[in-house]
Amino acid sequence: MLLAKSRWRGWELLFIVAALASPALLPSHAMMINEIAITALFALSLDLILGYTGIVSLGHAAFFGFGAYSAALFAKHLVPDPLIGLCVAAVLTAALGLLCSVTILRGSDLTRLMVTLGAALILLELANKLDDLTGGADGLQGVLMGPVLGRFEFDLEGKVAAWYSLVMALVFFALARRLVHSPFGATLMAIRDNRLRAMAIGIPVSQRLVVIYTLAAGVAGVAGGLLAQTTGFASLDVFAFERSADVMLMLVIGGVGWLYGGVAGAVVFKIIQDQLSAVTPQYWMFWIGLLLVILVLVGRERLLRPLRWGRGGTSS
Amino acid sequence: MLTILFDGIAYGMLMFVLAVGLAITLGLMNFINLAHGAFAMMGGYLTVVLMQRWQVPFLWCLPLAFLLVGVMGAVLEATLYRAMYRKPHLDQVLFSIGLAFMAVAGVDYVMGSSQQNIQLPDWLRGRTEWGEDPWTLGMGHYRLFIVAICALLTVVLQLILSRTRFGSRLRAAVDDPVVAAGMGIPVNRVFLLTFAVGSGLAGLGGALGAEVLSIDPTFPLKYMIYFLIVVAVGGTSSITGPLLAALLLGVADVAGKYYIPKLGGFIVYSLMIVILLWRPQGLFSRGSKT
Repeated sequence: MLLAKSRWRGWELLFIVAALASPALLPSHAMMINEIAITALFALSLDLILGYTGIVSLGHAAFFGFGAYSAALFAKHLVPDPLIGLCVAAVLTAALGLLCSVTILRGSDLTRLMVTLGAALILLELANKLDDLTGGADGLQGVLMGPVLGRFEFDLEGKVAAWYSLVMALVFFALARRLVHSPFGATLMAIRDNRLRAMAIGIPVSQRLVVIYTLAAGVAGVAGGLLAQTTGFASLDVFAFERSADVMLMLVIGGVGWLYGGVAGAVVFKIIQDQLSAVTPQYWMFWIGLLLVILVLVGRERLLRPLRWGRGGTSS
Repeated sequence: MLTILFDGIAYGMLMFVLAVGLAITLGLMNFINLAHGAFAMMGGYLTVVLMQRWQVPFLWCLPLAFLLVGVMGAVLEATLYRAMYRKPHLDQVLFSIGLAFMAVAGVDYVMGSSQQNIQLPDWLRGRTEWGEDPWTLGMGHYRLFIVAICALLTVVLQLILSRTRFGSRLRAAVDDPVVAAGMGIPVNRVFLLTFAVGSGLAGLGGALGAEVLSIDPTFPLKYMIYFLIVVAVGGTSSITGPLLAALLLGVADVAGKYYIPKLGGFIVYSLMIVILLWRPQGLFSRGSKT
């Protein structure tokens, strides 16, 4: 069962090839492809904890933002090489995730919502007040990145950035895919479905939660780091509540507990955002709210997974 | 110093009125309603519109805000919220965030994004001071008014919940809706009324807070975290828990912003996380009820 699911299928390879070819096919949309790759990676990391482990988080932007600021600061003050910076961002954010994971072990869904939201707000407050380091409300400017692998300079069109983000996102996607199809991933889903029973059959629940939260934080940190590196800028909005809510929405559009859900959600979300913002930039928030309400009323399991349209019942 | 304490208490009391409706829906009906702040904002905007366009006196605005927002809550409950009670928490969170977003953008569209202010009547504008310098107690009359109204509300709510027939019906419906319905309690109507009163109280809080908190379209998101803190820290099993939590929050926030302005909201958030780590069910709860 586990092995059969973990095998790469034909359409998955096709998806990877299509993703990698997209910046060449649509060079004028390279910036947008870059953004989609980053948000897809971010949604993937939320999927690891929300979809596979069942931890409701309203503050996942904490890790995204922390990754963005650490990558930007590292590039500005120490080494401008993107890959080293990304590793540093990943490690630092994972450490933060480890620290924060103690807060999500106990309590109800409400408690978890509160502490995750609180953590994001604390970081936002810190980034705002430590303006010597982070530039405060003006954002951290003047981040100059070196070329990727010492050869590919970031260009104005954003093609190199798009490829860089895409490759990174795909690498982490493959790793996450391997992770959720492993026995470890199976125990995560057991914890999500019934925590008490998982504990009773001998799964070390707390330890699993700590590990997956740390890993997911690291992935979110990579996504944030990619954003800071490819735009050369980090501002307070990386920590904003809207970002946490948006990524949750993307995941829900695509379907939780399904790795492609985050990717599909990110693509759909960014395209809708692009189109709607062009029509009504100011009231974009209204449409996103309406979308959320309708989505929940219709039943979020069925939107982008046509296989499930026929079947009734809920899976969560 | 006493002044800060007093301001903190007034602020906390205001937070309590704003959040108590959330405590009821969340604690009693187990529904996470992140759009609660939107109801409060409606109350605030109603007051602004009533006072500026129709010159309604301030005192009349308060009950009007309570009633109108309560009716709005009732309509929304009957049409949208009722279907959400049985859904998982994630769905409730998404749904109510969606509503809050729509409210923010909608108000922005109708009223514009600028901050709204109201003119208080003269007798609420003064300030009384007592005592000598290090222990001066300066009380704004309006804040005194807030404290008085909130104290009254707390007592009334507590009495309704614990002494009246409606209160016991509500508690029965919450503990086991199926059995309660079997005993002839109109569960849906009880929940409807409760939700309406909860949103009405938020509207009243918004009206009271229009002068102190500054009403603008981002209000629901800006204060959502505060309401949730009050409820999460206070626990949801009683009225006194959220009240004490709101007072604690108010004093900590006002004192923190006065003495260490550089830290801003940092103190409140850290305090909340520490408290929730120590007592995940809330400071004043009777333990988990599952």
